Amino acid sequence: MKKVKSAILGPGNIGTDLLLKIKKNAKNIEVVLFAGIIDGGLGLELARKMGVPTSIDGVEAILADDSIKIVFEATGAKAHLENAPRYRKAGKIAIDLTPAAVGPYLVPAVNMDANFEGDNFNMVTCGGQATIPMVAAVNQVTPVEYAEIVATIASKSAGPGTRANIDEFTQTTAKALVTVGGAKKARAIILLNPAEPPIMMRNTVYCRVQHPERLEKIRESVDRMAEHVRQYVPGYRVRLEPIADGDKITLMVEVEGEGAFLPKYAGNLDIITAAAMATGEKIAERLQGISQ
Amino acid sequence: MKDTEMKKIRIIDSTLRDGMHAVSHQFSPDDMAVIAAALDAAGVDTVEIGHGDGQGGSTYQYGFAKASDEDYLRAVSSVLTRSKLDILILPGIGTEPDIELGAKYGAKVVRIATHVTEADIGAQHIAFTKSLGMEAITFLMMAHMAPVEKVVEQAKLFESYGADVVYVTDSAGAMLPSEVAEKVSAVKAAVAIPVGFHAHNNLGLAIGNTLAAVQAGASVVDGCLCGLGAGAGNAQIEVLAAVFDRMHIETGIDLYKIMDAAENEVRPRMRQPLAITKLELSIGWAGVYGSFLLHSIRAGKKFGVDPRDILVELGRLKTVGGQEDLIIDVASRLAAEKEQRKSQTVAGK
Repeated sequence: MKKVKSAILGPGNIGTDLLLKIKKNAKNIEVVLFAGIIDGGLGLELARKMGVPTSIDGVEAILADDSIKIVFEATGAKAHLENAPRYRKAGKIAIDLTPAAVGPYLVPAVNMDANFEGDNFNMVTCGGQATIPMVAAVNQVTPVEYAEIVATIASKSAGPGTRANIDEFTQTTAKALVTVGGAKKARAIILLNPAEPPIMMRNTVYCRVQHPERLEKIRESVDRMAEHVRQYVPGYRVRLEPIADGDKITLMVEVEGEGAFLPKYAGNLDIITAAAMATGEKIAERLQGISQ
Repeated sequence: MKDTEMKKIRIIDSTLRDGMHAVSHQFSPDDMAVIAAALDAAGVDTVEIGHGDGQGGSTYQYGFAKASDEDYLRAVSSVLTRSKLDILILPGIGTEPDIELGAKYGAKVVRIATHVTEADIGAQHIAFTKSLGMEAITFLMMAHMAPVEKVVEQAKLFESYGADVVYVTDSAGAMLPSEVAEKVSAVKAAVAIPVGFHAHNNLGLAIGNTLAAVQAGASVVDGCLCGLGAGAGNAQIEVLAAVFDRMHIETGIDLYKIMDAAENEVRPRMRQPLAITKLELSIGWAGVYGSFLLHSIRAGKKFGVDPRDILVELGRLKTVGGQEDLIIDVASRLAAEKEQRKSQTVAGK
């Protein structure tokens, strides 16, 4: 079947990693345009070497090409807020890797099928992609009254966008832990660790639950969910199996990056590009179905 | 400055914030009001309050406080007459709405604390604090973990974001006086804003390091009644008041009143005497975050391992402030290794 044409806006770390992932692994989509607004970056150079068409006319270049059906937005929240209505008008589906949250939060392992329709999908945050499946897995066994997650990432893997608005990370993640993860209330914390060699992304998930005695069932549910996530994020691992302490369940997951463009420790970036690609693949299936 | 003019030092009290670590964040709003009133009466310039890990710190990760941030702010703001109310924000934990809440209750000072290499994650909170007309005092935490050039670079970043003061913060109580002097004087030479210093007493150097900082150019320092704080505690504020008085340095603090505040209001509320036991000493020696202390003791009990081993391993892993979740991970791993060694020994017999 013919691949669905897509474009990536934002040739930074995230955009470039996504490009390499799609080139290497995608079955249903291809990247026909890799666009930015400033020339000279490593990402654009790499794309040219691989023979991927590039542009420095940003969103205009994407809108000018009617064959592009899916746009991956790897810029910033502000840019996506401006671009989203234009994509919609042009009949393009947006997969948003910024915290803009124009469309619903999407975590492939949890709510992909529920959001099969629609034209704008938000990828939450890296911490959200890593922890929401775990909270959802616990919530399937016993209602989660309160979820709290702590994402610790290597300093080197936190880009300028994340650093300039770290509140956006904690607030967006907490919201999605409720709306997608199913917790009644939630908190998120992010920590940056500058140790050398860089640490792997690590996430601790705490849940206050109604039935902590169902620990065995919780463990099974968590393992099943991890397997599900591994289908699109191979380096996703449960590092600490759920343990109970009173009504608190604690578990830890770590994410080793694929090492496509970014180093392996940058599992936080890997998981969000992997989720975006998985979403794109699924949407492409839908589009292919329509065109048939 | 003329010779006849007395040198002035601003002391910020953190009994009701850093001291919260020592009572597992269980001061009640009434406790805080009573202690804050005593600090106010003693003439302390600035009084910091809140969860030990700052606003929004009341969590599973750091321990739930007895009351909400808002309850503490309400209680303390109603008793302060002279002292400035101060809250702490650790970017990644506390957020802009937490700063707004402080402003609503009359906070005049926000301290924004990042790890010594990560100043840029505080830029947004500094700008927001300034936009509300409050003073922004910045902390470079775990200052022992970075070389002097890095400390200077990050201090300049804080200054460029609009910080009013920049602190060299010895969160682990791991610095020696010579290192304090070197880092403080280098920062002092590089920025135009006042430089501060925050000590911990894990190596028994809180007062000595604070003096070294002042001699190197620091003009804002932290103290706590009875030294109440994470690990072996902070510089004891009543001792600082006495020592600075002997040095003819003005602090604005009434010595008898600050002594009374310590003896009458804080000592009876302490859960255990502050001491440098083998555990606090391990923290200072291994250079790990002071508030890991009580968490490591609990994890040690739960998993049957020596808390010292946990602390030393956390130091080896170069953990930063806030990584309390790693304590369980390390403790469970050390327990598993211990179990394995035991079964190997049995198998060998």
